[in-house]
Amino acid sequence: MLSLFAHWQTLKQNPRNAWIAWIALGLLLVALPFLSDWTLGRSWVRILAFVLLYVMLALGLNIVVGFAGLLDLGYVAFFAVGAYLYALLASPHFGIHLPFWVLLPLGALVACVFGVLLGAPTLRLRGDYLAIVTLGFGEIIRIFLNNLNAPINLTNGPQGVNLIDPVSFGDFSLSKSHDLFGINFAPVHNYYYLFLVIALIIIFVGFRLQHSRLGRAWAAIREDEVAAAATGINTRNMKLLAFAMGASFGGVSGGLFAGFQGFVSPESFTLIESVMVLCMVVLGGMGHIPGVIVGAILLVALPEALRYLGPLQQSLFNKVLVDPADLRMLLFGLVLVVMMIFRPSGIWPSPTRQRELTPEDGIANQEKESVYDANR
Amino acid sequence: MDIFLQQIINGLVLGSIYALVALGYSMVYGILGLINFAHGEVVMIGAMIALAMLQALASSSMPIAVIILLSLLVAALVCMALGYAMEKVCYRPLRNAPRLAPLITAIGLSIVLQNIAMIAWGRQFVAFPLQIHATQHAIAGASISDLQILIILVATASAVALLLLVHKTRLGRAMRATAQDHRIAGLMGVNVNTIISVAFVLGSALAAAAGIMIAAYYGLAHYSMGALLGLKAFTAAVLGGIGNLGGAVVGGLLLGLIESLGAGYIGALTGGFLGSHYQDIFAFFVLILVLIFRPSGLLGERVAERA
Amino acid sequence: MPIASTDTLLRVHSVTKSFGGLMALSEVSLSISRGQIYGLIGPNGAGKTTLFNVLTGLYHADHGEFQLNGIHLANKKPHKIAQHGLARTFQNIRLFANMTALENVMVGRHARTHTGVLGAILRTPHARAEEKEIRDRARELLSYMGIAAFAEDLAKNLSYGDQRRLEIARAMATDPQLLALDEPAAGMNATETTALKKLIEKIRSDGLTVLLIEHDMKLVMGVCDTVAVLDYGEKIAEGSPQEVQRDPLVIEAYLGCAP
Repeated sequence: MLSLFAHWQTLKQNPRNAWIAWIALGLLLVALPFLSDWTLGRSWVRILAFVLLYVMLALGLNIVVGFAGLLDLGYVAFFAVGAYLYALLASPHFGIHLPFWVLLPLGALVACVFGVLLGAPTLRLRGDYLAIVTLGFGEIIRIFLNNLNAPINLTNGPQGVNLIDPVSFGDFSLSKSHDLFGINFAPVHNYYYLFLVIALIIIFVGFRLQHSRLGRAWAAIREDEVAAAATGINTRNMKLLAFAMGASFGGVSGGLFAGFQGFVSPESFTLIESVMVLCMVVLGGMGHIPGVIVGAILLVALPEALRYLGPLQQSLFNKVLVDPADLRMLLFGLVLVVMMIFRPSGIWPSPTRQRELTPEDGIANQEKESVYDANR
Repeated sequence: MDIFLQQIINGLVLGSIYALVALGYSMVYGILGLINFAHGEVVMIGAMIALAMLQALASSSMPIAVIILLSLLVAALVCMALGYAMEKVCYRPLRNAPRLAPLITAIGLSIVLQNIAMIAWGRQFVAFPLQIHATQHAIAGASISDLQILIILVATASAVALLLLVHKTRLGRAMRATAQDHRIAGLMGVNVNTIISVAFVLGSALAAAAGIMIAAYYGLAHYSMGALLGLKAFTAAVLGGIGNLGGAVVGGLLLGLIESLGAGYIGALTGGFLGSHYQDIFAFFVLILVLIFRPSGLLGERVAERA
Repeated sequence: MPIASTDTLLRVHSVTKSFGGLMALSEVSLSISRGQIYGLIGPNGAGKTTLFNVLTGLYHADHGEFQLNGIHLANKKPHKIAQHGLARTFQNIRLFANMTALENVMVGRHARTHTGVLGAILRTPHARAEEKEIRDRARELLSYMGIAAFAEDLAKNLSYGDQRRLEIARAMATDPQLLALDEPAAGMNATETTALKKLIEKIRSDGLTVLLIEHDMKLVMGVCDTVAVLDYGEKIAEGSPQEVQRDPLVIEAYLGCAP
């Protein structure tokens, strides 16, 4: 697998080959749902849609953790905000039915506001405190979602919100089958293509941000916050911006999730989700967009593959010793620990980040106390 | 009257458990500058092991007191071994890595432990078979049970023992020196690695005690009980001033009181809008407020910077 | 007495800073004229770097104030101070170790450029032009410092002397009026120090004012117009290098006894 990445890098050296590779990849992405229809079955198209959803989430968290170096353990809160916003404003729960094209930007905006509200008081804290506070915030949001069904029923409590409007553009509902160009597109196909488009936009935005003065400023803060501030970077605002951008990606994914599922409940927004997305970023390679995408693909697909372990155990031991579903989280935890100890830069790291996270290098390891510590 | 006093008693009981766990966080943080996220899981493992021992020995002919002591001992030993192994395998290789690395490892570790426990003991709540005949004593309109008294006594004794160890013994002096500066302590002949291991082992022993107490108190244990408890204990440690052992005790007791009084009165305070099921969010609000307004905590001098 | 000047760039007025009971700076006042090379010397622990940290906003002064170009900057945030035209280097080199030399200097342009999120995402003509300006200016500064050859190398892979030069380039990218150098010659050999001396003079002749902390007396005495001496947080002398060298208080501070 690693040599495959290396191969891809060398492929990019030659412009003509690179174009061919890109076009092939594009065609593959377009054909993928039908390919999996024919081979693995319809259920895998749904999994592919989830892969794309998690790619978006992971890229959002990557801005916060990978670019700016801030450990956010409550990222799922923004996902929840986007999902519930969509659910409440496009369902019979309040009888409000706003259209998709209003809700998606609104979700991004509201999640962004939440990001700023959470970030403003906490971003001056040191990294490990920030991790805990965001973790707490993620839990608070979930507790509120769970309990805000009384005395006024805002969230419908643990039952969640049902019958959410499907995503539709005018009369074109994604939750219906459509025959186009002589091909039958099932709802799950429609959603796959919608998610693909939005994921590509998010990838594009991520790249553009990374390779701009903003991306450089984030990298500088990650490297040495004191030096960054002394060089004229408003570290607080830049960190807030990272938080807000990450949050808005989360909000968008949340809205898409709600429309796709037609149902949201607090259960979908536990700490575990935050950890899973973090895991994708860490596994793939913090700060490196292609790596993070690969991380997301692997970690959505792998648990699905784990399902086959059940029958395997059955045939080997004549009984199922460990429920494969129970192995999923264990796997995520192990990924985090093993990656940090043996390959902290991820399986497909960015060329610079790889060197940075390796423990035994020189100036990168000097104490990076925050500017504000120095003030106290 | 009574409700107030009753909440104070409940708060102190809960608080003394938080204090024990908070001591572990604070000790490790003081020496390594690391938030050991997985510490809460050690508490859970302690409770689970004790429970498994009690169940296994229940049918034996040993006297009940021996069974209990044996279970406690085994739970404490397993937790100490776990603490030692965690540090040695997961944290030591990352001692010079950027801060993000051990933090992420700690989270991973916490998830691994939780899920191992889930696979071993199942997803359901497990009833804690420790039968303590909880005689209620009435004090001024409120009541306190034997078990509650026992918890407060054991917690106090453990905390005092730890404080004496750290402040009065040669080992404690080495620990304090290491907390100040690893390199200099090393130059003065302190074996820094040993001291760090000791901090993890001691913290884990206290965590085991806390785990057993909380499981006995609620009569239940669950694979996920450590996460929230850990977070609250961490809050307690920050509230008291992380790195400061006395602070951890004060913070723990205070947080227990805040939670218990808060849960008792939140309904009245918000006009019935929020009920006692919001009990768990008090800790977070306390944490956020402390971190924003007084990050060094109540008793903290300056937050000890990692050397 | 501060030198009276019609064109004072930096005026520091009785800045005091203590850590716990330790008085790191006690009523320090000084003023630096535009176009000067101003040296700040003193034994180890005299408070030189503390003064730098106060001037660049990393520490808050207990009391006292300072103005750059007549603008009060005391207790402003570090980035504000950099934006107002005071840039610095660090005694223990603080580069963005895993970014290239070019990127390090490009970061220095941050305070002088404005592309926001939308501009960055859409790469508007304005954003493109600005990015080009950033890159060109950064390359220019690398050449100015004589390290253009290492533009694409990671900062941490540069030699010690080149890292010092890169840090100066990054500071200069913020278009400062006052460039504060914290022991730039530390760890340099004689040849490198001579080159550094020429560089500092070149920087001054290009219109910048330089504040220099240095232990290398030969460099300080050779390059500075005015020298101030700190000892135990107090300014004990100020004047031309010759005057300061003859000052009995200074000799006592350095040698530990009265002559």
